[in-house]
Amino acid sequence: MPKNVSVQELKSKAKELRLNIVKTANFAGSGHLGGSLSCADILAALYFKYLNVDSKNPDKFDRDRFILSKGHCALAYVPCLAMAGFVPMESLETFNHYESPYGMHPDSKKVRGCDASTGSLGHGLPMGVGMALGLRYQKVTDSKVVVLMGDGEQNEGSVWEAAMAAAHYKLKNLIAIVDRNKLMIDGPTEEVMGINPIDKKYEAFGFKVIVCNGNDMESLDKALAEAWANTEDKPVAIIAQTEKGYGVKRFQGKVPWHYGAMNSDLFKEAVADIEAMD
Amino acid sequence: MAEGTTWTTYDANKMASKEIYGKVLAELGEKNDKIVGVTADLAKSTNIGNFGDKFPERIFNVGIAEQNLFGVAAGLAKTGLIPFASTFAIFACLRGGEQVRTDIAYQNLPVKIIATHGGLSFGTAGTTHHCTEDYAIMRAIPNMTVVIPADGFETAKAVRACIDIPGPFYMRVGRGFEPPMHDNEDFEFTVGKAMTIHEGSDITIITCGTPTLQAREAAKDLEAEGISVRVINMHTLKPIDKDAIMQAVMDTRRILTVEEHNVIGGLGDAVAAVIAESGKGCAFTKLGINDEFSVIGYPEDLYARYKLDATGIAETVKELLGKEIEADEDWADED
Repeated sequence: MPKNVSVQELKSKAKELRLNIVKTANFAGSGHLGGSLSCADILAALYFKYLNVDSKNPDKFDRDRFILSKGHCALAYVPCLAMAGFVPMESLETFNHYESPYGMHPDSKKVRGCDASTGSLGHGLPMGVGMALGLRYQKVTDSKVVVLMGDGEQNEGSVWEAAMAAAHYKLKNLIAIVDRNKLMIDGPTEEVMGINPIDKKYEAFGFKVIVCNGNDMESLDKALAEAWANTEDKPVAIIAQTEKGYGVKRFQGKVPWHYGAMNSDLFKEAVADIEAMD
Repeated sequence: MAEGTTWTTYDANKMASKEIYGKVLAELGEKNDKIVGVTADLAKSTNIGNFGDKFPERIFNVGIAEQNLFGVAAGLAKTGLIPFASTFAIFACLRGGEQVRTDIAYQNLPVKIIATHGGLSFGTAGTTHHCTEDYAIMRAIPNMTVVIPADGFETAKAVRACIDIPGPFYMRVGRGFEPPMHDNEDFEFTVGKAMTIHEGSDITIITCGTPTLQAREAAKDLEAEGISVRVINMHTLKPIDKDAIMQAVMDTRRILTVEEHNVIGGLGDAVAAVIAESGKGCAFTKLGINDEFSVIGYPEDLYARYKLDATGIAETVKELLGKEIEADEDWADED
């Protein structure tokens, strides 16, 4: 059951997460800033309201599962786990450093609270289908399995292999979220390899589809509440319309900020932009 | 063959009376409810269907989608289950290979990959369905245990044994109608421990999988000609039994490896590395597919072509016996 947390509280968590993202990118030297900032609201809403997870007992069996299928956004995920108490806040300072538990992509054997190692795109949804099947077979009927994917990632064929299986097996506890930030490394998704109409595609694959503004906490909260309350015998797909780099004006909607490094001026500017957010 | 059945289903059905994979798995499933099966539209062909017939709620057919097959298997394992994932060997090592490496092996999950139709065993299906690359791929993946049983009896033993191996496990078998090498299950089988199945002192054949029986037949034939051949069944490719290899080097100083695989990266290379690292010299030949795509044909014709039958193996043994090696009688005394 989702916790009773207000939209305003979630917004402030998302803001705090964005600050931790840019700080961690600074510790790391560089990072996947664009995609990390676009999904910050989603992660904040999941970890501070929706996911039934416990930092004191990260392996409890009847917990919800979360898979960061867009693994390159460990830059957002690990700070979020730190804010949720799974890993020490100060450990973020080692991000990307020699023998650190944290690199650009999360390692479930090293990151406490991380349910799956990811990085190669298109792997999250298949693992999520496996988890949902495994939980159902073991009579855990209340746990959700949430998979956060990128929009460029939708190009991977394995996403659709898994989507087909999710609907076939009527995995109603599976929630696939697409961070629709519209940009990938080589340019806009619709120029590199178009995925529109992505909502219709998931619908055709047998999902209940919810479209929301993934950078507007009110809209996102509503979408997640609806997904959590799903009673239909089908998996849920949330198409979260976002902006890449959201929160830092210089990064917003800019292809080159998929991955980058900030000098000290830019870092200060990024912090100021985030602090000025609502 | 009954109308409408493929060679594959025909062969699997023919083997239904024998104790092979699907049957053993069904038997294990009764004792252990953590065991589940995953397949990609090959439940019948890979024999995992036997398990599925018995436990329909425990088998997940993902359709013709091998990437998803191994991703789903990883996810199932993440919930504490022991998934057996079955498909043809070529799809296991290449079509879903990255999922095997990253989802399963990197996370050190107890997924048991039972890859059927390995090597040349699906002969007439053609080169797309042959698989002579899997040993190289699977043994290069950290955490992976790699076993290639010689026949159905060893397969049965390996399936039982792999439950207790905590991490990922890859087993390659043929189509399931290869002649048995053992008469029954009354023999010791330990993962990682090679079996000497024929004693000899002139030369050692180290082999695994389907050619193992052929190597033993070759050794018997050669014995009649006065050539004493040791045959080692190296059913576990990884971790490889270094002691058995070094004992053979010390005792016979001539080693022939025989494998239903490219000579690059497989059993021969694994054995060669052990010998080279030991610093001991010996005459050595790798017999296998010589870095080419295998041709189409009945398996028995292919085994003959690539010298993986008893006749071809015996011929190669004789060639290797004629090979000069640098004499250094002292090395046997070295530590």
